Amino acid sequence: MINRLLEKISGKWIFLIMVTACYLILAVFSPDMAGNAIIRLFRLIWEILPTFILVFILMFLSNLFLDSEKIIKYTGKSAGLKGWLISILTGVLSAGPIYMWYPLLSDLKDKGMKDAFITTFLYNRAVKIPLLPMMIYYFGWAFTIALSIYMIFFSVINGLIVHKILNPKNYENSHRIC
Amino acid sequence: MEFKNTKEALIKTLKNFRQMLPAILGVVMLVSLSLSLIPKSFYTKIFTGNNIFDPLLGAAIGSISAGNPIISYIIGGELLEQGVSLIAVTAFILSWVTVGIVQLPAESMMLGKKFAITRNAISFISSIIIAFLVMFTLSLI
Repeated sequence: MINRLLEKISGKWIFLIMVTACYLILAVFSPDMAGNAIIRLFRLIWEILPTFILVFILMFLSNLFLDSEKIIKYTGKSAGLKGWLISILTGVLSAGPIYMWYPLLSDLKDKGMKDAFITTFLYNRAVKIPLLPMMIYYFGWAFTIALSIYMIFFSVINGLIVHKILNPKNYENSHRIC
Repeated sequence: MEFKNTKEALIKTLKNFRQMLPAILGVVMLVSLSLSLIPKSFYTKIFTGNNIFDPLLGAAIGSISAGNPIISYIIGGELLEQGVSLIAVTAFILSWVTVGIVQLPAESMMLGKKFAITRNAISFISSIIIAFLVMFTLSLI
């Protein structure tokens, strides 16, 4: 009976139920801490709302204007240098928490976006232009510049490695940079 | 015809979002929970002063932490003031933004389990390598 029920409930719901259960357990043992977590939760939802709306609009526009052919042309297996530049730039410019971008990337992946470019996009989200002054304040100019350059460089290396691991057979034909 | 395309695109987007909402909400709830459960003092107490072990530890703690990167800079600044090495702090702030254990269930569901695990593992290793490279570069300047 329970097994049948679990089969019907998909993974994402099980995950949500488990996290909710953690809140309930915390509420039993430490109501103050649970209250604090709930306040933080509402604050966080309020903070991510603009990104949520932005991602929704981008997904809508991609569904309206981008078909698989275009996605494959710019970020597919034969996109080359263009694909790397697009994933680096969009990764650096994207704002908000990383998990808000999963739905859009999942959509683009279904349409043909290469794993390597998704990895590069996600890694470049670490290069946050609005937060650079803060990083300079805490760690200095030299550190911030060196770290940002290495992060961009490694975003491509990581993309290539992830692609090679996930597609060992067709790596030779699809890893060209230019 | 154009209105029909717009309507279809809107329905498809709403459907995709509805499917992904439980996973996103789960991650947001988990992030809030971890921010409430892990006090800032936890980070300063855990480092040992070992030059090899601390970067690993920094990357590991950064990987399980979540939240705005500004928090990682503030904690990183505090760690530096308390004598924790710059390599460890670099690995910590890097893995904070590039590795997401808390987000892993959502990333697995939407982008694939193998992809999520591989990407996070590679990012973890990179954060340590970059930390050493940054330190080496700064020593040359």
